[in-house]
Amino acid sequence: MRYAETGFDLEIDLTRGNIERVATDPELTELYLGGLGTNAKILWDRVPPEVEPFSPKNLLIFGTGLLVGTPAIGCNRTVVSTISPQTGLMAFSMMGGFFAPELKYAGYDKLIIRGQSPDLVYLWIQDDKVEIRDASHLEGKGSLEAAEMIRTELDDPKVQIASIGMAGENRVWFASIEQGRSSASRGGIGAVMGDKRLKAIAVRGTNDVNVARPAEFIGMCNEVMEYIKIRNENPIPGVMPILAGLGSPQEMAIHDEKWHTENFAWGNSRTRRKGFWTEDVEENWTETMRSMRTRLVSCHNCPMKCGATISVPDQPTYMMKCFSKLTYTMAAMSDLEFGLKIAQRATEYGVDAFSAPQVMAFALELYEAGILTDKDFPGMPPDNEERFFWLLDRIVRREGIGDALANGTHWAAEEIGNGAHEYAHNNIKKHEQLPLKLGMLNPIYFLMYSTGEKINITQIEGNYPQAPFVTREEREEFCKDWVQVPDERFKEWFLNWELRGEYSIPHYPGIEATCEIVNWQEQMHYIDDATGMCAGLSSFPLKPPYHIHNLPTFISNATGMELDEERLTRIAKRIRNLVRAFNIRRGMSKEDEKPPADHWKRRFPELEEELLTEYYRFKGWNEQGIPTSESLHELSLDYVADDFLERGILQDEG
Amino acid sequence: MEATKKKRIVKSIRIDVDKCNGCRACEVICSSFHATPKYSSNNPERSRIRVIHYPLRDLYVPVYAGEYVAAECAGRGMYTIDGKEYDECAFCRASCPSRGLFKEPDSGLPLKCDMCESDPSLSEPMCVQWCLADALIYEEREEEVEEGETLEEIEIGLEAMAHKFGWRKLLDTAARMSGKD
Repeated sequence: MRYAETGFDLEIDLTRGNIERVATDPELTELYLGGLGTNAKILWDRVPPEVEPFSPKNLLIFGTGLLVGTPAIGCNRTVVSTISPQTGLMAFSMMGGFFAPELKYAGYDKLIIRGQSPDLVYLWIQDDKVEIRDASHLEGKGSLEAAEMIRTELDDPKVQIASIGMAGENRVWFASIEQGRSSASRGGIGAVMGDKRLKAIAVRGTNDVNVARPAEFIGMCNEVMEYIKIRNENPIPGVMPILAGLGSPQEMAIHDEKWHTENFAWGNSRTRRKGFWTEDVEENWTETMRSMRTRLVSCHNCPMKCGATISVPDQPTYMMKCFSKLTYTMAAMSDLEFGLKIAQRATEYGVDAFSAPQVMAFALELYEAGILTDKDFPGMPPDNEERFFWLLDRIVRREGIGDALANGTHWAAEEIGNGAHEYAHNNIKKHEQLPLKLGMLNPIYFLMYSTGEKINITQIEGNYPQAPFVTREEREEFCKDWVQVPDERFKEWFLNWELRGEYSIPHYPGIEATCEIVNWQEQMHYIDDATGMCAGLSSFPLKPPYHIHNLPTFISNATGMELDEERLTRIAKRIRNLVRAFNIRRGMSKEDEKPPADHWKRRFPELEEELLTEYYRFKGWNEQGIPTSESLHELSLDYVADDFLERGILQDEG
Repeated sequence: MEATKKKRIVKSIRIDVDKCNGCRACEVICSSFHATPKYSSNNPERSRIRVIHYPLRDLYVPVYAGEYVAAECAGRGMYTIDGKEYDECAFCRASCPSRGLFKEPDSGLPLKCDMCESDPSLSEPMCVQWCLADALIYEEREEEVEEGETLEEIEIGLEAMAHKFGWRKLLDTAARMSGKD
């Protein structure tokens, strides 16, 4: 018997309409766990670098994390992996909600989709019964709208559905896959789903998911639940409210937006607005949220409530989470009411809430600068807010200027030319970033921005405080019950970290400590992405219930695998290197590994070069950031080394 | 026989639908607790508590399994509470032929909440323990009940068989089979 996993993948060829249930190799679980780990292995084996994102040969994999479907609290991630049309690299997007557990209960660890359907279809998976169904009546429908129609025609409210909206159908390069409560948004994976002519996947499962050592496993789950209770009652002092608790940043629950609105940049990631958060604004925005937020909602088997149901008057109800609350508001220099209104339409269209607002603000900046002119915007309304709605409508239909904009700021600038590139200023690896512009270079963040292949800062940062605490007493207090750190050195680095002076950024905490801190934070994310654990209970918040000291036993009790910290660390490292190898084989290079040029005002080119070089060495990569044959061999990734040698990416040292 | 008054503890779960966030932890842990061996597997379909859940209509009703009923009832009314429409079945605890809820997926046999009775006994049923939203509250109250006749095990069995086949057939079969020995 297989524990925690089902041991079966569902292979679907949309070109031929072929469906197969395929047993998986248990040895791959030992090497890569599940979720992202095994997704990456499949992509490496089956998608050679010449395959284009919009090719029937590109795979679209919906992988459940290894522990999803067990009672592991907060473990519900669907990891969607494919080649991103925007970056040309492995798209790295995940969603919580209820889809992955339902897929496990239906008896599958992954859906592996290849080919391209001649007509728009949806998949209906009901345990062993799998059908490819006509979706022509769903064409152009909103993501949630289509999901409701499917639920009605299948006559089962318990069906879980992942779907795309018009943006995915029209292959917008930042289209998302929506799942009601959650979405997998980054990297344009919705466009790949649209290219495959797959409107939605509906799943319903009624089978058991087994665990290897039941009493021990549930004992640990109960401990996690107890810890969450304690942690919820004791927010961390000294940090801003959204970082004090567990879960995704509690954007739906917390009304105090002083930090975001005054520290993040508005418009096309340009303007900091000090003093914006006045009492009037606070009262107004709190009232907006109170009147439109119906309920805080959870993902599968998680006591946190990071999402919310939002009902804007005269608009259909939708669900929201996290920072999408403010991205539209701030891009349009508007207020929260506008943000919640346009987010409803954007969710139905299915677009990424980081990229979409920035693309629209970028377009309007080009218009102001005269690079785009009236003839590019025929019929655009004069009102600022209406312009955003108008632009969104053009983009998802790829009409007029919307066609170029639908490829994101980098590629739109390429097409528009005439100096437009200066305005696509907030990207890493051609992918729009959080609108954040700061003063002094932070060495930890420098490395995370440069080398993070999830290309999104929230997917690499986490367990280490983002900024020093003001007094040493506060730091000592913080360190008292900081059991999550790998070893005591991390506490030392934090204790000595000052806001100003010798022990402050950019030269503190020094190269070695910076490498260790970045590596630790990244490693925890990679473990989560393989187990399907929500980062909000593990790799993202300060002092989470899951950490490197309890996860090995936890995974071991669920699966029966032999695991300790060293072995788990090695697996995480293996997955990390495989993802990197896949991207390097697709052309990613050191040139791509940099934050947006204007992310910090004060830069230190020599220090940055040294940081990057040393971090590469720390990771077992050569000076070009390519994993060496030796380190690949240590990770049992000899097949990657062989491929690199054959392609001339690495040279034989012998 | 003279009926006597006796005190007993009635256990129940009070449900606050306004507090439910729809996480389904109750379903997960219930089915896990009732697995054999205990906690060895989970499957919400086997759970004795289910969350009736329509997020876009803001309906969240956890309901735990009650009695098995042989036939569906006549009541299929709609209730409007705070502007939200609920199907009457949403509040019904019965394992009933008209719906799939509260039946073992393999055998179709009815499921019923047993308040996680176990030895040693738990402080609260597992679903309540895992509901940090406090949508499920465990309550005990003392009630005086008339102590009726308690049936012996064999009597319970016979009653069930009579219910299924009728007394006549049961007696005939018993007579025929006992005569063989």
